[in-house]
Amino acid sequence: MASTTAPKPKPPLSPTREAWRRFRKHRLAVVGLIVLALLVLAIIAGPTLWPVAIDDIDFAAQLKPPSWAHPFGTDDLGQDLLSRLIHGGRISLAVGLSAMAVSASVGITIGAIAGMARGWVDTALMWVTDLFLSLPQLPLLLLIIYLFREKLKALLGAEGGVFVLIVIVIGGLRWMPVARLVRAQFLSLREKEFVEAARALGASKFRLVVNHILPNALGPVIVAGTIDVAAAIIAESTLSFLGLGFPPDIPTWGRVLFDAKDYLDIAPTWALFPGAAIFLAVLSINFVGDGLRDALDPRRVH
Amino acid sequence: MTPHHLLDIRGLKTWFKTDDGMVRAVDGVSLHIDRGETLAVVGESGCGKTVTARSVLRLIDMPPGRFEAGQIMWEGRDLIPLTNAEMDEIRAREISMVFQEPMTSLNPVYTVGEQIAESLRTHEHLSRKAALEGAVDMLRLVQIGNAERRINDYPHQFSGGQRQRVMIALALACKPKLLIADEPTTALDVTIQAQILELLEDMKQRLGMAIMLITHAMGVVAENAQRVAVMYAGQVVEEASVEDLFADPRHPYTQGLIRSIPRVDAGRAPGDARTRLAQIPGSVPSLLHPPTGCRFAERCAHTTEACRAAPPPLRSVAPNHNVACIL
Amino acid sequence: MSAAYLLRRLLLALPALFGISIVLFTVLALAPGDPFGDLATNPNVPPEVRLALRAKFGLDDPVWQRYIHWLMAMLRGDWGFSFVSRVDVDRLILQRLPSTIAVIGAAQIVAILVAVPVGVLAATRPYSLFDQIANSLAFIGFSLPTFFTGLLLILIFSVNLGWLPFVYNTDLKETGLAWWGAQFRQSVMPVMVLGLFQGASLVRFVRSSVLDVIRLDYVTTARSKGIGERRVITRHVVRNAMIPVVTLVALQLPAVFSGAIVTEQIFRVPGIGSLLIASILANDTPVVMAVSFVFAALVILFNLIADIIYGWLDPRIAYR
Repeated sequence: MASTTAPKPKPPLSPTREAWRRFRKHRLAVVGLIVLALLVLAIIAGPTLWPVAIDDIDFAAQLKPPSWAHPFGTDDLGQDLLSRLIHGGRISLAVGLSAMAVSASVGITIGAIAGMARGWVDTALMWVTDLFLSLPQLPLLLLIIYLFREKLKALLGAEGGVFVLIVIVIGGLRWMPVARLVRAQFLSLREKEFVEAARALGASKFRLVVNHILPNALGPVIVAGTIDVAAAIIAESTLSFLGLGFPPDIPTWGRVLFDAKDYLDIAPTWALFPGAAIFLAVLSINFVGDGLRDALDPRRVH
Repeated sequence: MTPHHLLDIRGLKTWFKTDDGMVRAVDGVSLHIDRGETLAVVGESGCGKTVTARSVLRLIDMPPGRFEAGQIMWEGRDLIPLTNAEMDEIRAREISMVFQEPMTSLNPVYTVGEQIAESLRTHEHLSRKAALEGAVDMLRLVQIGNAERRINDYPHQFSGGQRQRVMIALALACKPKLLIADEPTTALDVTIQAQILELLEDMKQRLGMAIMLITHAMGVVAENAQRVAVMYAGQVVEEASVEDLFADPRHPYTQGLIRSIPRVDAGRAPGDARTRLAQIPGSVPSLLHPPTGCRFAERCAHTTEACRAAPPPLRSVAPNHNVACIL
Repeated sequence: MSAAYLLRRLLLALPALFGISIVLFTVLALAPGDPFGDLATNPNVPPEVRLALRAKFGLDDPVWQRYIHWLMAMLRGDWGFSFVSRVDVDRLILQRLPSTIAVIGAAQIVAILVAVPVGVLAATRPYSLFDQIANSLAFIGFSLPTFFTGLLLILIFSVNLGWLPFVYNTDLKETGLAWWGAQFRQSVMPVMVLGLFQGASLVRFVRSSVLDVIRLDYVTTARSKGIGERRVITRHVVRNAMIPVVTLVALQLPAVFSGAIVTEQIFRVPGIGSLLIASILANDTPVVMAVSFVFAALVILFNLIADIIYGWLDPRIAYR
């Protein structure tokens, strides 16, 4: 007679539900997810709920602290900060996601090729990866923007040109960790039994990569991608803060800080709101990324 | 009035708190070792022998691990209530330990001499110079050639067998009364295994110390120990002198262990049927939710209702021969 | 650590230097228009000088020749002339380099002094209150962009409290002890901004490195020698845990330079970071190119230093 005091073992959960369960245990990650969701919601629904123009110049309402008419106050031209920040949020989010898409695609491609091909192709690609890793990011970013800004403005218009330039350069300087991760996963998964089985069943190399190896390699890539969004937001804000990002009339969060920094003594809230926005966005993304790391890769020593 | 045993473990229960519940790694173990004798503790992986050994020196992470019950009497004094600092007086000086994996048991960034000297400086308060000289002596003792030069070498410059010798030198530097050897040869080549065991025996004779030899190989037990304790699923199921155990094993598990020693001459004599390697069917019960009765009941050929109802107590079937079985 | 190891690391640094220089030069060569063409519109440059410059930089030569020419010039220290500042570029950079290195160096020291004890303590008491607070503070630390922290500190300490100046002055009037005092007061904010940002990300790494090391077999061996838990941690765990940390510090240096650019802008520190920004805004191409090259060379230098320290810390490496 089996022992009656032992509880029944729980049925194993599917991998996604298991990952979600682990994620939920991470309180900070859950808080981050909620804050992030609220931010995104505010950015998307903002203009409908708060239909104030971003360039409504009103010299009578210059540099005002928060009030009912202007919940985040106004800047030196009397423009409403809340609507400017909402608009800026859209740009930051767009830049963050696009740059992440660029770095992820480049990284996955290079990592996959290096991991599958091995031999001299792998060595060459890894040398290039190491090279790019040594490049100082911000100086290079500044240099490229300095050199190519005019050309792209002519091609795609002021806003579009700068957007494409920033996204490509930021993404182009952040693909290396992803490539390394993907390559490492490929190298270890290549030899695993289920890949051998698929190969034995006649799967082509491409099918192997896409259907079998990539899904298993995605865990660390998702984590890296999340962190990349935060890094891209910071990079774009930094550029704008240095006055070298988007054109001056576009109120990205960094640009608003750039304008506000000379008025710290008179109107401190002008700088505090965009800074806090960047901080909250980046912080919540980082928390979520940390939770994802534990959820998707439980082998790590926590 | 029996004199104190050197080491007397009484009813030790070392449990670990995990997300899935309380793992009862050691669940009521009683053992004793006397001065100058070798006790072999034998059992398969996961039976609790390493946890028992580490409990003696308190090398267990105490947040997940805890002493649920029992006493560890060292020369008549219970070690369990001692603080970590008080245990430090005992470690290396009175009781010492050699571990299973020589490749990873030595710190890679310090020379071998520095690591041995560290024990000597801590417990015998020697100067750095004197401690290093002591290290040279220890290396010579464990038969590592060129000892004066070798104390300045790093662990990665030694082979596996040599590293284990270094470990032994380290453990014996302060001349402890008891050496706990946790599977000291399992990770080594077969040819080196015999050398290391011989070395341990040699050290034992010279220093007059006792040894707790943990192993899963019955052959090692036969060659090197005076007494044996057989462990299964966190408990001791049989203990006896080596001769008695091999001559008259009483617990079905012990019988299974002895039967499963591969014999080169099995099935070779003309007329012998080809024999298969004997095995004990089934697998070890969970230490999270151990069965109420005898833990071996599921795998035993002679199980009865009484076996499953209550855990069989350790009873004496012959002088100095105890078995936890009702048969 | 053998001389052979040193030589090997030096030799490996050279291809990296070439690689980075090729990247820089490619960027320059691909740039639309004539990067030196702005000199053409600069009223200060007479046409003969312009022609001479074209000849000097070999702007009409084939690409690979221009690359060699340019690289040789860079390595020789012949970095050209800044028409905006009217000084040789190399003098300009050498003038401003010390401030940058001083701020970055002090910031790294602050970062290490904070991160190592906190990280070790957090790792030896995992999941404790201290650990959770340290972890949260670390996240907040590296999620706060340096420009925002800088502005906040200025707001609090300069604008509201008036304790610290927010403009860096290389020409301090004080002497002796007062000079050190004034220097400290003007450096503390930029150094803290950079240092705490670095420290925040370093804390998590130190913690995880210590956690990795603390469960290794040789730590148990050390404990079994009865040398005391404190010595186990300081002599055995930390020593080994610092090895990957050193590597990380070196690998993160490119990012520290980026942070320094921002900090120099906010606090008006006259270093090469603010020089880069100023020369970009003034279209002063020779300076932009030279500063970029210097940044790249610094990265390689620090990677080399990290390799050397790593070889010194880990006896197994030098034998490979």
